[in-house]
Amino acid sequence: MEQQSIFSVISPIMAGPSSSHTAGAVRLGLMARNIYKNTFSKVKFVLYNSFATTGFGHGTDKGLLAGLLGYGVDDPLIKNIFDTVKDVNYSYEYIQDISRYPNSVDIIIDDKMKISGDSVGAGEIRIIKIDDFSVNINGNYDTLIMIYKDKPGMISRVSNLIQNQKINIATLHCGRSSKGGVASMCIELDIPAGEEIVENIKVLKDVFFVTNVRKLK
Amino acid sequence: MAIISFVDLLDKCNKENKAIFEVAQEEEALLAETEVDVIRLKVLENLTAMKEAVKNGLTSTEKSVSEWCGDDCVKLVERYKKRKALFGKTFEKITEYSIATAEENLRMGRIVACPTAGSCGIVPSVILAVAEEEKITESKRIDALLTAGMIGLIVSYKVRLAGAVAGCQAECGVAAAMAAAALTEMLGGSPKEVLEATALALKNILGLTCDPVCGLVEVPCIKRNAFLAVHAVTASELALSGVQSKIPVDEVVDTLKITGQLMSPLLKETSQGGLAKTKTGMELEKKLGITP
Repeated sequence: MEQQSIFSVISPIMAGPSSSHTAGAVRLGLMARNIYKNTFSKVKFVLYNSFATTGFGHGTDKGLLAGLLGYGVDDPLIKNIFDTVKDVNYSYEYIQDISRYPNSVDIIIDDKMKISGDSVGAGEIRIIKIDDFSVNINGNYDTLIMIYKDKPGMISRVSNLIQNQKINIATLHCGRSSKGGVASMCIELDIPAGEEIVENIKVLKDVFFVTNVRKLK
Repeated sequence: MAIISFVDLLDKCNKENKAIFEVAQEEEALLAETEVDVIRLKVLENLTAMKEAVKNGLTSTEKSVSEWCGDDCVKLVERYKKRKALFGKTFEKITEYSIATAEENLRMGRIVACPTAGSCGIVPSVILAVAEEEKITESKRIDALLTAGMIGLIVSYKVRLAGAVAGCQAECGVAAAMAAAALTEMLGGSPKEVLEATALALKNILGLTCDPVCGLVEVPCIKRNAFLAVHAVTASELALSGVQSKIPVDEVVDTLKITGQLMSPLLKETSQGGLAKTKTGMELEKKLGITP
């Protein structure tokens, strides 16, 4: 069994009232911000299942927006976020869909990128999809994400580039749509990969997308 | 290797002649690849945030979204001004601080999840109230919260600390065990006594359901924080007197887990049973337009 921190039971220091529905929502927003990276003027949140039914009383709607705008889980301004935000057009949709996790959300930014994630309890989260690509990011590590054409040797090429910078890989998660189809790789690292690695991966043949996602505090 | 059972924890304490908090801070420092002092500072940050939440909650009467809750702490404060509590000043503070924190939580105030947000009032109220009344130093308060953390962590290896998994046993119940352990440490208990307090607290919350009205962290969660904070004191006093749980603490945790599995999903944070499905509970659902 992997050793856990005592700060998994004491903390987070957070704005209430629910670690899954409030702190988890803020962290999902923060993670989407780290993935999208650019400024934005429009966002739509699609809340599923328990997020949709009890989110209102738990400030899930406020938490998601606050996170996306960069507020931390313990920020007292989360409560009044709707009064604070002026220059972003935000909207919410509520859906029941048993194929999705109980606390789940799609965050659609500027009609350009859709980031899907779950709040899995005690403030812990996971991003499960970026657009139509499966990923697995929990925000506890700096993560390198790439989308590429499924073919032999890609993992070793990328891991070589990482090794050359003397960075240790904590976990590696791969998936693909079909043999020879579109594949995705999520690499959790013990220290962040520099822009140099990202640039070196970008120029590899058959890499469609690569980005470096910072961990959450 | 991680310490994942109470028997292993006690064994390590006995072999190395260490208190539970010492083992906890050393393990945590190793895990985080840092110094013990850095860990203690982080614990102090949490204690400070707990204190702030109590301070804010003691005077606020701001209501929750349901408009059902938010003004109970002030009622207690007023009551104690008129008539002292039967069990004395420490009891007064424990009940006030636990409700103050739980009410801050429902207002979207800043609290420390310990172990969860819904149970956030239990550990702080016991540590802070007793520390103030017994003039316990900051360093010993840190020891106490570290002890609570270690207890919660070991339980969490067996049972995920969420109402959806094992009902309120895993939230307010575990918080009470953590508070009992912290208190026993603060009052000079041995590692063995800390674990007895843990066992006694957990044994007496077995079967506790999670049936919040409208799925909100309000009814019965807020007041339950006060009840289980006092529960923690009972466990600690018994343990410090030498009373022992006939069932070893690890087996009590196993029982908590199995009881959670046996519990109907209707009573595990789905708001489909229990208090949530009372006539009054359903009337509130209708009023707020919430169907959990």
